Amino acid sequence: MSRPTPETLAHRAHAFAASSSAATPANQAAPVVAPTQVTGAGSLVKSLEALGVDVAFGIPGGAILPAYDPLYDSKVRHILVRHEQGAGHAATGYAQATGKVGVCIATSGPGATNLVTPIADAYMDSVPIVAITGQVARPYIGTDAFQEADIQGITLPITKHNFLIQRPEDIPRVLAEAFHLAITGRPGPVLVDIPKDVLQAQTTFSWPPTLELPGYRPTLHPHGKQIREAARLMSAARRPVLYVGGGVLKAHATEGLRKLAELTGIPVITTLMARGAFPDSHPQHMGMPGMHGSVTANYAMQKSDLLVALGARFDDRVTGNLESFAVGAKIVHADIDPAEIGKNRAADVPIVGDARHVIDELITAIEADQAAHRTGDYAAWRSTLEELQVKYPLGYDEPDDGTLSPHYVIERIGKIAGPDAVYAAGVGQHQMWASQFISYEKPYTWLNSGGAGTMGYAVPAAMGAKTGRPDTVVWAIDGDGCFQMTNQELATCALEGIPIKVAVINNGNLGMVRQWQTLFYEQRYSNTELGTHKHRIPDFVKLADALGCVGLRCETAADVDRVIEEAMAINDRPVVIDFVVGKDAMVWPMVPAGLSNDEILFARDMRPDFPDDAV
Amino acid sequence: MTKHTLSVLVENKPGVLARVSGLFSRRGFNIDSLAVGETEHPEVSRITIVVDADSSPLEQVTKQLNKLVNVLKIVELDAASAVQRELLLVKVRADRTVRSQILETANLFRARVVDVAPDTLTIEATGTADKLDALLRDLEPFGIKEMVQSGMVAIGRGSRSITTGPALRAA
Repeated sequence: MSRPTPETLAHRAHAFAASSSAATPANQAAPVVAPTQVTGAGSLVKSLEALGVDVAFGIPGGAILPAYDPLYDSKVRHILVRHEQGAGHAATGYAQATGKVGVCIATSGPGATNLVTPIADAYMDSVPIVAITGQVARPYIGTDAFQEADIQGITLPITKHNFLIQRPEDIPRVLAEAFHLAITGRPGPVLVDIPKDVLQAQTTFSWPPTLELPGYRPTLHPHGKQIREAARLMSAARRPVLYVGGGVLKAHATEGLRKLAELTGIPVITTLMARGAFPDSHPQHMGMPGMHGSVTANYAMQKSDLLVALGARFDDRVTGNLESFAVGAKIVHADIDPAEIGKNRAADVPIVGDARHVIDELITAIEADQAAHRTGDYAAWRSTLEELQVKYPLGYDEPDDGTLSPHYVIERIGKIAGPDAVYAAGVGQHQMWASQFISYEKPYTWLNSGGAGTMGYAVPAAMGAKTGRPDTVVWAIDGDGCFQMTNQELATCALEGIPIKVAVINNGNLGMVRQWQTLFYEQRYSNTELGTHKHRIPDFVKLADALGCVGLRCETAADVDRVIEEAMAINDRPVVIDFVVGKDAMVWPMVPAGLSNDEILFARDMRPDFPDDAV
Repeated sequence: MTKHTLSVLVENKPGVLARVSGLFSRRGFNIDSLAVGETEHPEVSRITIVVDADSSPLEQVTKQLNKLVNVLKIVELDAASAVQRELLLVKVRADRTVRSQILETANLFRARVVDVAPDTLTIEATGTADKLDALLRDLEPFGIKEMVQSGMVAIGRGSRSITTGPALRAA
């Protein structure tokens, strides 16, 4: 067996990321360093440099302190955040926007535990981040020492893998392994815990190390027989759907996806994690599936006779009630993680492999089939879906109480900032609207917390994205609830020259929870009123000002464009816009939790009129 | 109940057992028994897990286990093609009147007496779970004061070995 070496770390960053980065891009060959005497901390920083890390987000503290001394002289840019959660989400936003590994650093104990939420978040969304934490010195481990927490134990179920380094000489190898694990196969977070005395000890640094991961062998290339079987089913199907998940973005397979879609003519749906993987404006794009997906996307899945899942995982928010999900469909399930296949829905054709290879090989197989005059005929299916798209487009009514419509605000941001901007959303109603009403034409322009649903994700993730792609306009679309969880990172943005733009879709409430209270709890609004309308506490404009940002407010539809344009014109500081919107707007369509996707409502009490007989 | 015996070869590193057992509890998989020990390769440990596969498909269990970076190889060892053994130590009430009967029972099961006290005998037995259950049933009437059982260990029949192969050489 050939062991992975750091050469395999010459991983793919998104094309634009490498050019926008002043530091060594991660996709250059690893440098060779002859053995040098250093401290463990020096070895850590040299390892980060050798791995091509250009930026790390973190906060120093007692146990990690030795690492911050060599970091002071390093070409690795360290961004001092205000809360470790901000560091973790920033690393995630950086990774999602650039395709490179995001790095965050924290001290032991509470510093490390503050990383738990972003690590869990990155785990659920398969984002490659490496978290480096200080640990109490080896002799103190297990004694309940000051700022001791068993962060390796705590993060066991929420990391792809984690390490506690016991010997200073292991630092380069473990760091190389951590980066390799984070970005290869199904990406995910990796934590490296380093005791203080290991950082302080004298050791030898040399590069490259040899990775020792005998049990780690991700399958990248799919089985040819499975590919041919999938291609055969695709041309035989009458109502096929390409069900595209985040794995297609992770695998840099969006160009191939477009080719596959156009070659076959099969309709495409993109999950919340895959928005931007296929252009929203493309005539074959049927939208997002699931709880708040489009009527057409959900109908397409429910009535499909063949679902071709590419890097998607049949999440409950997509399938609704599993028993009644796409009952007539055969399933081709391609995923790099074999454990996803058959986990929620049995696959007729399981394909283990990297989405890029899977798609490329599917294209080859289908071209061969088409050359032999085996071409699928989906004309009737396509026209049924197109009629539905016309009949049930995503839309919204202007609020009848005269308040500002949140949908309108978000739609206008998308129109004015355009398809080249990056949009990072928090979690809740504004997230769904941002997914629905901004048109995503390009990959890596939509960042959100899909699996974990982490409120507070948007601001720090936007900070990370802007750090990695400084020439791109980055908008955080946030809610007034989410914004109050992590807005402290705006101080970081203001001081570090990270001019993000934040739209606070301020409806004065925890909007999504309130929507459920409206629909399912008889309008009993228990603990969802935040007072950001009634008492204007906090005053987001003043808060923005206090954090070194420009604060703007918009309360009427007439002002929306002007205020967005004003924010677009400010590039020397972060901008926060307090969009004061109505509290009664709801997210539609909606499949109530636990029900079948057949029960989709496109507005309150409004069930779409589906064509009965499938094509 | 559908029981499956998995031999899981893992890197002999700190915390690996916690990763394996944590995975089972986190994913809601039920473990019937678990035994861990060294192999002929010092850097490789072997965990024998008996899984109740009614609660979760065996395929999910093995796929999730395979995702653990420290797991090298997983082989299912079914009862027909493997030797499966558990160890039982049982302390039985044994005064003068019943002592010979207990010894007779032990002999029947090819069990050994490993400790003697005036009023008890401690018996060691190895075998399949069925055999040990039968022995316990026969000893029950005498009065069981204490017992301890190991997890099952298993090894495939025939000359083939599961501890060879590319993953193991690299470890």
